[in-house]
Amino acid sequence: MSEIATATPQGHIEVRNFSLSYETIDGSVEAVTNTHIHVKPGEFVSIVGPSGCGKSTFLNAVAGFLKPTTGTITVDGERVSRPSAERGMVFQQYSLFPWKTVRENVEFGLKMRGMPRSQRERAARTLLGLAGLEAFEKHYPEKLSGGMKQRVGIVRALATGPKVLLLDEPFGALDAQTRVIMQQILTNMWQRLKISVLFVTHDIDEAIFLSDRVYCMTARPGSIKAEIPIPLERPRQQSMMMSSEFLALRRGLMSLIREESLKAMGGEINDLGMQGLNIELHGHSLADVL
Amino acid sequence: MPAAAAVTEPSPAPVATPTPASPSFGALAGRWYRLNQDRLRATAIGVISLAAFLLVWHLLTTYRVVFFVRFTNVPSPLAVYASFTKAIHDPKFLMHIVFSCRRIFFGFSLAAIVGVPLGLIMGRFKLVHEVVFPVAEVLRPIPAIAWVPMAIMLWPTNEQSIVFITFLGSFFPILVNTLHGMSLVDPVLVRAAQCLGARERSIFREVYFPASLPHIFTGLTIGMGVAWVSLIAAEMISGQYGIGYFTWEAYSLVQYADIALGMIAIGVLGLGSSLLIRGAGQLVMPWRAK
Ligand SMILES: Nc1ncnc2c1ncn2[C@@H]1O[C@H](COP(=O)(O)OP(=O)(O)O)[C@@H](O)[C@H]1O
Ligand SMILES: [Mg+2]
Repeated sequence: MSEIATATPQGHIEVRNFSLSYETIDGSVEAVTNTHIHVKPGEFVSIVGPSGCGKSTFLNAVAGFLKPTTGTITVDGERVSRPSAERGMVFQQYSLFPWKTVRENVEFGLKMRGMPRSQRERAARTLLGLAGLEAFEKHYPEKLSGGMKQRVGIVRALATGPKVLLLDEPFGALDAQTRVIMQQILTNMWQRLKISVLFVTHDIDEAIFLSDRVYCMTARPGSIKAEIPIPLERPRQQSMMMSSEFLALRRGLMSLIREESLKAMGGEINDLGMQGLNIELHGHSLADVL
Repeated sequence: MPAAAAVTEPSPAPVATPTPASPSFGALAGRWYRLNQDRLRATAIGVISLAAFLLVWHLLTTYRVVFFVRFTNVPSPLAVYASFTKAIHDPKFLMHIVFSCRRIFFGFSLAAIVGVPLGLIMGRFKLVHEVVFPVAEVLRPIPAIAWVPMAIMLWPTNEQSIVFITFLGSFFPILVNTLHGMSLVDPVLVRAAQCLGARERSIFREVYFPASLPHIFTGLTIGMGVAWVSLIAAEMISGQYGIGYFTWEAYSLVQYADIALGMIAIGVLGLGSSLLIRGAGQLVMPWRAK
């Protein structure tokens, strides 16, 4: 544990000129285009954007699951070519192994690394303790609430001591109260472990509350529309969400996102045809009809 | 550091823990009764239903009812019971049972040993799937009994051909269900394993295999049922020993009570073997225990 905690900050993510297209039956669909981002060692960076804009695609490429069509992704100067334990990932769908107990789930990365059983058991217990989960180490994931599952997911991703943590809308399926607690836990773990975090969400408040910097993505094909530094001081309290500083940031981001959401929806509506929205009025005015 | 203390701050969500057991025996018994009420009810009704079945059987045979079907020669439950008490002291009857069980054991085990790994490999490696699948699809619809003449030609001894028929009967359900299980493995779990440092072999062992286990056991259960069907048919046609042969022989020798005894023995053996598989499934998949 102490070895992880005192490690020097590393995990510099650099993405240059990134684009990714999916090959489909209708030809190639560009999901993300011309994207540049970076995450400094130990920084907490979020990406917000309307749904379908390519956030997951982008994060999956950083994780090494998808190959960029153009551009490069590097972590500490090393090019990302395949998934690795250096880049921990937390998925929205929890993705715990149902056939493993909570502790076995957390141990998994260490087991893959060849750590002896007794040693990794100890490490897993320590980590579970940090997340307030030691009482559940022998439970199977099915028996846990969503918030607990996701806590295990985060602990599991951190257990191998990755350089960066990637999270894809990890709290999207949780209720509001649980989400707030989870945000607190994530912040605390991040500060303690001093690792870089790339966090994807469509929740603006969440992005502002958690991040040092927020990237705002455009509608599909996604690219970076704006980069907003979040100068709020840390540690952050729930009460800060009412501060004028927070609200100003929120307003700014909100208007950027709204534009893009409308664009995304407009595209959808055009794709489907506007029939449903174009009410035939046969010369009458709307007031007559109503 | 202060952040460390904050990590444990959110208390784990409350989980229903059983209240401490009360020392009073009466209260305990009462609670046990309430918890198991449904099961007790089902058992009671089950016993009544079986008793009613025996009673109807008894009445139909003692009064030799002829109403579309003829109960004139059908043995009564008491006659069957009498032949049962005689049979359990008859080493020949026990030998029939031993022979059938041995054939099931070898035929079914072989089917599981070949079918499960083949299904796993076919599910993982496209080329193997492309090569094996068409052949399997052509052979699969052929009922195992239709193989009897071919089996007699193929195998030097009668015993081997009967085991072969049993093998064929259970092989395809096992293969097909294993394949189905492989096709349903959640890709997110595979990704989760990959970014925890798992390589191909570990992913196979730690993700694909356990994820497919529920379907593998479905295949084993169905396969066991078909194994008995195929075995009995093969024994009736070409056997020299075995419970199927015993039943058919009883008909030839006009020992009607033994026909029913043979049938019931087959039913009990089939039930027993499927219970064995269910038990094994619960042992291997503790995470699915209720
Ligand atoms: N495997 C795929 N094949 C084709 N198109 C895809 C595939 N995955 C995602 N897409 C498309 O790419 C776009 C971006 O998807 P995604 O990255 O999941 O967006 P987000 O995570 O921001 O909601 C969407 O329009 C989606 O339809
Ligand atoms: Mg997404």
